[in-house]
Order: sequence, then C-alpha cells, then structure tokens
Amino acid sequence: MSAERFRLEAVSRAFGAVEVLHNLSLAIREGEFVAVVGPSGCGKTTLLNILSGFDQPTSGRIERSGALRMVYQQDGLFPWRSAAQNIEMGLRDVADSAARARQRDEMLKLIGLEGFADHYPHQLSGGMRQRVELARALAGKSDILLMDEPFSALDYITRLRMRHELARLLHERPRTVVLVTHDIEEAAQLADRVIVLSGRPGRIRSERHLLLQRPRELTHPEVVETIHGVLVELGLEHGDGEPLSSEAGLNASEGLS
Amino acid sequence: MAQSAAPASRSLPLAVVLVAVFLWAVLSRLEVFPSTAFPSPIDVWRGFVEKALHGALLDDIVASLFRVTMGFGLAVMLGIPLGLWLGLSVRARVALLPAVNFFRSLSPLAWIPFAILWFGIGDVPSIFLIFMTAFFPMVLATSAAVAGIPAVYFRVARNYHFHGAEFLTQVTIPAIAPQVITSLRVTAGLSWVVVVAAEMIAGRDGLGFLIWDARNQLRPDLVVVGMIIIGVIGVIIDRLLVRLTQLPSVRWGYER
Repeated sequence: MSAERFRLEAVSRAFGAVEVLHNLSLAIREGEFVAVVGPSGCGKTTLLNILSGFDQPTSGRIERSGALRMVYQQDGLFPWRSAAQNIEMGLRDVADSAARARQRDEMLKLIGLEGFADHYPHQLSGGMRQRVELARALAGKSDILLMDEPFSALDYITRLRMRHELARLLHERPRTVVLVTHDIEEAAQLADRVIVLSGRPGRIRSERHLLLQRPRELTHPEVVETIHGVLVELGLEHGDGEPLSSEAGLNASEGLS
Repeated sequence: MAQSAAPASRSLPLAVVLVAVFLWAVLSRLEVFPSTAFPSPIDVWRGFVEKALHGALLDDIVASLFRVTMGFGLAVMLGIPLGLWLGLSVRARVALLPAVNFFRSLSPLAWIPFAILWFGIGDVPSIFLIFMTAFFPMVLATSAAVAGIPAVYFRVARNYHFHGAEFLTQVTIPAIAPQVITSLRVTAGLSWVVVVAAEMIAGRDGLGFLIWDARNQLRPDLVVVGMIIIGVIGVIIDRLLVRLTQLPSVRWGYER
C-alpha cells in the first residue's frame, strides 16, 4: 500500500453565502493519476486551489505531503527566459551549476527540443511551449503535478499529441498527478481515476477507475466506455443508445465548461 | 526580403532629403520670403563651417547633451523605483497617483520662472526642467506596467520559490522591461525637445541658446544650423535607445 499524497476530509468551501464545494472527501495515493471533470462552476478550480494550498477550505481538513508543481493552461512560461532558462527554474535547488546544466539538457532532450534551448517562448508553437512547461514542472525534485486544463488552449491534433507526450514523460519521471479538465476524452485517456463533480455546490458524483496502462488509444473500448459513462452522467448522452432530444442536449451543454 | 529591403531603406530616405534640399534651394532662389528671413542651403552650409571652425559648436552640443543626460538620468533613476513602488502598493497608488498625474499634465515649461528664480542661469535650471519633463511620465509608465503584470506570473514565481529581491529582479523587472524601454524612448525624446526651450531662456550656452543668440544677431542661417543639429542628435538618441529593444530578453514585448 503506497503512501497518500492528499487526504481531504469533509472539505467545504464557501465564498460568502455561495457554497462552491460541499463535503468533499478524497484520498490520492502516491503515483496515482486523478482527473477531475464536471460542469462549469462545479468548483474544479477551487478544488485545485485548495489542493495547491493557494486557498483554504471553510470547513474540513486537508493533508498534503510532498513538493508540488503547477502546470497552467498557457503562458505560464516566463517570456523573458529562453526555453532552457525556463526549465532551469525547476532546477533552482540544484546547487552545482554543472549538474544543473546536465539535468536541463536532459529535460530538453526528453521533450525533443534540444535545438530550441535558446528560443524564447514567443518563438515556439503552442505545443512546444506546453512541452517546455511540462519539462520545467518535471525538472528536479518534486512529487506532485497539479494541472489546470493544461492543453485546452491547443488545437485538437496537438492536444492528442500532448496526451501521449504527458504519458511518456510520466513514465520517465513518475509523479502523482491531479488533472482538472473539461475535456472528458483527456481525462479518460490519461487518468487512473476519473472523478466527476456535480454542479454547484460541487460534490463527488462518481469515480471511475481505469486499470489500463498508458499510453492508451483514444478508441480503446475501456476509454470509450468511460467517456460514454461520464457523458451519460452529465446528461449529454443517453444510456440506452437512443438519440438525445435536442432540448436535453441544449440544457446540458449550457452547464458544461 | 530583408536583404533586398536594406539598400532601399537607406537610399529612399536619402533621396527624400536631397529632394527637400533642392526644393528649399528653389524657394530661397525665388525669394518668396526676403533672403534675410529665409537663408539658402549654401548660406546655412557656410554658417555651419564658420560655427564649426571658429565658434563653440561642439561646446554647445556637449552642454546640451550633458544637461539632458543629467536631467533624464536622474528622472529615470528616481522615476522607475517610485513607479515600481506605486505599481506594487495599492495604498501608495491611491495616495500618489493623482498628484503624479497632475504634474505630468503640467507642461514642464511652466516651471521656467521658478527654475530661474531658484537656480539662476546655467546648467541647473535646464537639468531641473528636463527632470520635470521625464520624471512623471516614467513614474506613470512604470507603475502601469507593474500593475498590468499577468497574475499567472506571480503564481508561477511563488511555485518556483522566487521571493524578496529575487522576485523583484527576476520576475517584476523583466516583466515590465519592454514597456519601460518604450517609455524611455518617449521621455528621452521629450527631454531633448525641452532642453532647447530651457536653454533659450535659462542658458548661456547649448543648442537652444545657439538658436536664440543667432536670432538676436539676425543670423537666420545659424538658426537653421542649430535646428538641423538638434534634429539629427534627437534621431541618434532614439536610434541608440532602440537598441535596447533588441535585447533577446525583451523581444517578447514587441513581437506578440
């Protein structure tokens, strides 16, 4: 039984009279990849802020162990630093400069951007930027990766590629991952556990476990089944294979971020 | 593309200058204005040679450059830190921004009477006036740039443990550098404009005084000599400051 990285007990968070998270209990084991999906306003971002320590719950307890890195949607890289210099941010604890340079070059090689060390973020494509962002977060010592819709600013094909890239990088550098996303495909293709939150106030509506190894194909039956299950739960697909009435589809799509 | 554009980018402006000088010569030959009020290019050239050989042209240039360097330098050295403080502290901003805006809206030339009363004639009143020109725009531009830093940079900085002085030098300052460089160019240009006016009234040398003195001696050719030198030096100052925008770590601010 591996150690726990997070333990949330009856966590609630309210902003004034508005309760955003309600009575959330959750344990995340070391090395686990957890994806959190749900309709907009379900408190995904609030949950992420509480996990990162940026925000505190109104009631309940949270325990966290391990060093934590965030990965943002886009433009989290410092534009005044080259790709290599951005990656070096993740290596600030490495005192020896030769070791730092070696680890930096290793990361650049790992993401296949050796030739782009001296390029600045604005000179890179969106996918390359996000790879540098991943390399920065995975460089050096850390235990947990919190990802806030990391690929949502990318085009669809690049997003598919980045999922494989992330799976590959995590194979090389295992981390505990919490991925908050509105992309149900992404969650099903990557996560060991997909948590669906209900609408406001957010509470855990269901959990699905996938035992399949990464990288997974998007069209693998288990992935497809998970996507279908989540879509049904969000009212975007029927469980019986019948076409959805247009009215139901409209109502549901309003709620999805 | 850039290869073929380079020769044209030099020859075209040169052609415009030659055409302008030609039109100028034609106008002076036609005597639209009396020749005492409209010197010909030849007159100006002779005036330039005379001034350069027997006058104190170089001294005047040095005097003006010295005043601008001092006034502008002081304004930048004090204005950027104050702007950083205003950008980082909401209280400081609320307290001081209206006053800064007031002084920025005030033409620096309105200070000329006090500049002379307080500092007499010479370098100091001009330096004071240039300081008043450059200081307030620098404060405003810096504080606006700081206040506009995207929140995600602060969260990233926290995540990667940038604190205190390191946070200032490695996050805040590089994040505002492109905007600050742009306002350096603008305020340096303003300072060069103001030094001429300041020296006309509160100087005994410098390029502004050269123009004023030439007017009093009824030497319009020397007035034009002064005008041309002022314009050329202004362009050179801007060309030098443009080089700052070519630093690799600030390019992002101009290419996005």
